[in-house]
Amino acid sequence: MTINQSGWRPEMAASGTATGAPTATGNRALMLEEPLIFEIGSADRTGVDLEQAPAVQNRLGGMERSAPIGLPGLSEQETVRHYTRLSRQNYAIDLGLFPLGSCTMKHNPRLNEKVARMPGFADLHPLAPQSAVQGALGVIHELGEWLKTLTGMAAVAMSPKAGAHGELCGLLAIRAALEARGDARKVILVPESAHGTNPATAAFCGYAVEDIPATAEGRVDLAALQARLAVGGPDCNVAAVMITNPNTCGLFEREMKKIADAVHAAGAFVYCDGANFNAIVGRVRPGDLGVDAMHINLHKTFSTPHGGGGPGSGPVVLSEALAPFAPLPIVEKDAAGVFHLIEEETAGQDHAQNFGRMVAFHGQMGMFTRALAYILSHGADGLRQVAEDAVLNANYILRSLEDVLDAPFGGSGPCMHEALFSDKGVAEGFTTLDIAKGLIDEGYHPMTMYFPLVVHGAMLIEPTETESKAALDQFIMALRSVAERAKAGDEALKGAPHFAPRRRLDETLAARKPKLVWEEAALAEAAG
Amino acid sequence: MRYLPLTDTDRRVMLDRIGAASIDDLFVDVPAEAHLSAKIAGLPDHATELAVERHMAALARRNMAAGDGPFFLGAGSYRHHIPASVDHLIQRGEFLTAYTPYQPEIAQGTLQMLFEFQTQVARLLGCDVANASMYDGSTACWEAVAMAARITKRKRVVLSGALHPHYAEVVKTMSKVTDYEIADSRPSIQPKPDNDGLIARIDDATSCVVVQYPDILGRLPDLEEVGAAARAKGALLVVVVTEPVALGAVKSPGEQGADIVVGEGQSLGVGLQFGGPYLGLFGCKQKYVRQMPGRLTGETVDAEGRRGFVLTLSTREQHIRREKATSNICTNSGLCALAFSIHMTLLGEKGLRDLAMLNHAQAVRAAEQLAAVPGVHVLNDSFFNEFTLLLSKDARQVARILADKGILAGVSLGRLFPGEAGLANGLVVAVTETVTDEDVDALCAGLKEVLA
Repeated sequence: MTINQSGWRPEMAASGTATGAPTATGNRALMLEEPLIFEIGSADRTGVDLEQAPAVQNRLGGMERSAPIGLPGLSEQETVRHYTRLSRQNYAIDLGLFPLGSCTMKHNPRLNEKVARMPGFADLHPLAPQSAVQGALGVIHELGEWLKTLTGMAAVAMSPKAGAHGELCGLLAIRAALEARGDARKVILVPESAHGTNPATAAFCGYAVEDIPATAEGRVDLAALQARLAVGGPDCNVAAVMITNPNTCGLFEREMKKIADAVHAAGAFVYCDGANFNAIVGRVRPGDLGVDAMHINLHKTFSTPHGGGGPGSGPVVLSEALAPFAPLPIVEKDAAGVFHLIEEETAGQDHAQNFGRMVAFHGQMGMFTRALAYILSHGADGLRQVAEDAVLNANYILRSLEDVLDAPFGGSGPCMHEALFSDKGVAEGFTTLDIAKGLIDEGYHPMTMYFPLVVHGAMLIEPTETESKAALDQFIMALRSVAERAKAGDEALKGAPHFAPRRRLDETLAARKPKLVWEEAALAEAAG
Repeated sequence: MRYLPLTDTDRRVMLDRIGAASIDDLFVDVPAEAHLSAKIAGLPDHATELAVERHMAALARRNMAAGDGPFFLGAGSYRHHIPASVDHLIQRGEFLTAYTPYQPEIAQGTLQMLFEFQTQVARLLGCDVANASMYDGSTACWEAVAMAARITKRKRVVLSGALHPHYAEVVKTMSKVTDYEIADSRPSIQPKPDNDGLIARIDDATSCVVVQYPDILGRLPDLEEVGAAARAKGALLVVVVTEPVALGAVKSPGEQGADIVVGEGQSLGVGLQFGGPYLGLFGCKQKYVRQMPGRLTGETVDAEGRRGFVLTLSTREQHIRREKATSNICTNSGLCALAFSIHMTLLGEKGLRDLAMLNHAQAVRAAEQLAAVPGVHVLNDSFFNEFTLLLSKDARQVARILADKGILAGVSLGRLFPGEAGLANGLVVAVTETVTDEDVDALCAGLKEVLA
C-alpha cells in the first residue's frame, strides 16, 4: 500500500492566525500542528517487539488474509509524540473549570485510576470461575448497596453501560412489569425539557412519545399531567412518565411526590433521569419521592472520568414494584458472605421474571472500582457536602451574573446544581454561540448551549462542587466580560475563538460531503 | 475532604452574595417529607486515601488475576500484552478528563484521534466506514440487528448457533420490545461450522443473518457462502468479530461481502477488566452510513481553511432527532477507542500481522500438544488463537478443579450453554502471545491428572 509520508497537506501550512506572522511549519511555539498517522506512519514501521513465531503448519482453513490492511505504524517515540501533541489540542477538567450543564464535569481523583488498575481488577477475566472473582463480585455488591441506600430504592441493576443504556433498562423493566399484569400500554410521557436520550429510548422500546407541558416557572405542569393521565379512565394507555429531577432548567420538581402519586394512581410508573443526582445526593432519596426506576451516571455524580466521550456507566435503581424484573446478571451475597453471580442458568424461582440480559458480561467493572473508591473517600458526610457545595456554587454563579445575563427562571427560587441563562438581550445578530466561543478565548470550555430546548438560546452552567471560590470568581469575571461584549455588539466576538487550535469549523460542509475515513490523496481525488 | 475546596468562610461569603441565610434555604423546593435533615444513617463517613486504597486492595486480592497462573480464557474477552505507552497516554488528563467533543475548536485532539480510529477500524473490518465506537461488542451486535431491520424493513433475524450466547441473549432481550422474530440455535459440535444449516434458515422475510467470525468454538466460517445466500433472499450479512487480532491473519469480513461488521475491540489496548468497560466496533458499507447508530467524526475546514474535525451527521442522533433517532446511544467508549487506536498505531500493519501469526502459531502448537493428552480431542479443523477441546469428562467440573489448582484452563461450553447435555464436555481454550510454553505444559499436566 502507499502511505503519504510527505507530512503536511498544503492547506495545513497556511495557518496564519489573527496575530503574528505565519511560521514555516504551521506550528505556533508550543502549539504544534500534528498530521494524521496515515500521513506520517508506514506499514513496515512498528513500535512493538514480538517474539519470533514458532514454525507451524497453519490451520486457518484457507481463510488467510492476502490483501493488505492499510494500517500505518509508528515507533514508540513517534507514537508518544503523536498522541501527546493531539492531547494538547483538547480542553479538559485538568486544565480548568468545565461548566457543561447536565454533564457534571467534576474533578476525577487519581486514586480511582490507581485502584482500577490493580491487577486483581484490571487483569481479571469476566468468565473466570466465581471462586476466583469473589473480590470483583464484592465490589459490584458493595457499590450496589451504596447506590440503593443513597437513593432509598429496593434493588439495583448494575450492568447498563451508560445513562441512555440505563434508561433502556428502566423502560424494559417497566414494560416487563406491565406485561406481567397483562396490561400493554403504548405511551410514554416526556417533558420537552428532557435530554434527547429520553424520547429516543422510549421510541426504541416501541412506545409513542407525548410531551408533558411545563409551567411558566419551568416545572412540570401537574394539572396538565393529571388531565392526561385521566384520559381513558381505567384504560389509561400511559406506561410511564420520564422525569428529570432536578430538571434540566436547574430546578427541583417541587411536586414530584404528587406527580408520582398521580402516575401510580393511573397504573403507570415513574422513570427518573438521574443525570442530575449530584444536586441531591445525601440530601434527598428519590425513593422517598415515589420514583420506580432511576439510572445513575457514575461518570457524572460519582466522578468516573468522561474520557472524551466515555466509557460511562449507568446502574439503575428499582422500586419494590420493579425489582423482580431486574435484568441479569445479578450479584447476591449469601449468609456465609459468599458472592454469587445470578445468570440465565441460576435465575431460578427468585428471579424468574427477569427481563433478560442487556450486555455480554457484568457491566462497567472499571467504572465500579473508581466509583466505589470515590464514594468511600467521601462517605455519608462527604457526599451530602458534595450536593450542598454543588448547589451553592451554581447559585453563586446564578446570582453573580443575573444582572448581565437573562436568567429565565431566576425568579423561580434557588437553582439546584446548574444555573440557566439565555441570550435574550444581547445585541442584534449575536447569539449564545458567540458567547460560548468567546469563553473559549478566555480559556474556558463553554457551558451547554441550546439545551434545554424549552429556553431560546439556552446556556446551562454546571460548575460542580470541586471548583474553588477563586475559580468561580474568575469564571464569573470572564463570562461577564463576554456577555457585556455580546450586549455591546463587539464584532470581534463573532469571529471567536481567535486563540484556539482551530477557528470555527464548517459543520455544514462536514455533513454535506461526509469524509469519515482517511483516504490516500489519489483515491480521494478519484472519488471527487 | 480532599476533593472539596470550599472553606466554611467561602461558604459564608457565598451565601451572603446569594442572599441565603443557610444552605437549607437553597433546598427550599424539596418537600419537607423527602428532605433528609442529616446525613444518611448506617453508612461510613469519609476516609483517607490510604484507607480507601487498603480497602480496595483487599478486595482485589480476593481475585485470581490472569497473570497469577497459566491462563487460557477467551470466549469474547482476550488477554493480550498491552504496551506500556498505551496506558501512559490514555492517562493524560487532556484525554482522560475531556468531554464528548461538542466544542470542536478545543477538542481537536479527541476528534482527530477518533477520525484515525474510524479509519483504522474500517480498514481492519474491511468496511467503507466505521463509527466512533459503541459500548461493547454485544450491544454493537444488537444495534447492527436493529439497523438491518431499518434498512430491509423486515423483522426476522437469523442468528448463527455459533454466535456468543451472551450476544444472542442481548439480541433476544432487545427484540422483546421491537417484535423481531429471532431464529436461534445451538452450535453444532463439528470440526467445521454448519454453514448449510445456517443458510437453510434464511428466508424471504429475513432481515439479516448474524455470523460470528471466528465463531464461539474458534472455527473460521466461510462468510462468502453465507453472504451470497443472504443476498439471494434480500437479507443482509452481519458479521461479529470478538477477537479483532484475528483480522491480522485472516480475510476481513468486509472483503467477504459483509454488509455490517461489528466487533469487540477489547483485545487491543483495553484489557480484560472483568468484562467492562469494553469497546464496540461498528462498520458498514458506505450506502448505509445514514442508518448507522452512534457518533461519527468527519473532516472539514475552519474559518481560515485549515483542516479540522467535527462530530457530523448528527441528524441521526438522539440529541437532535429525539424519538426519531437511529439509536438512543450518547456516551460511548471514547477512551477505550483511544487505547485501541494507540495500540494499533504502535503495532502498525507489520506488528499486527506478526502478532496475529504469533498467536496462531502458539495456538497450533498448544493444540497439538493438548491433542496428545489422553481423554482430550481437538474439535476444530480451522481456528485462529482459540479452539474447542472435547474432554472425556464434564468440562465445567474439570475447569473448576483446575482453577483450584491455579490453572484457568478455558471456558467450558457448560458455562456458556448451560443445560445442553451435548455440549457439556466442550472446553474453549484461548492461546495468545501471553501464554508461555510452561503454561501449556502445566495445562497438559493438569488435564492429564484430572482426566485420568
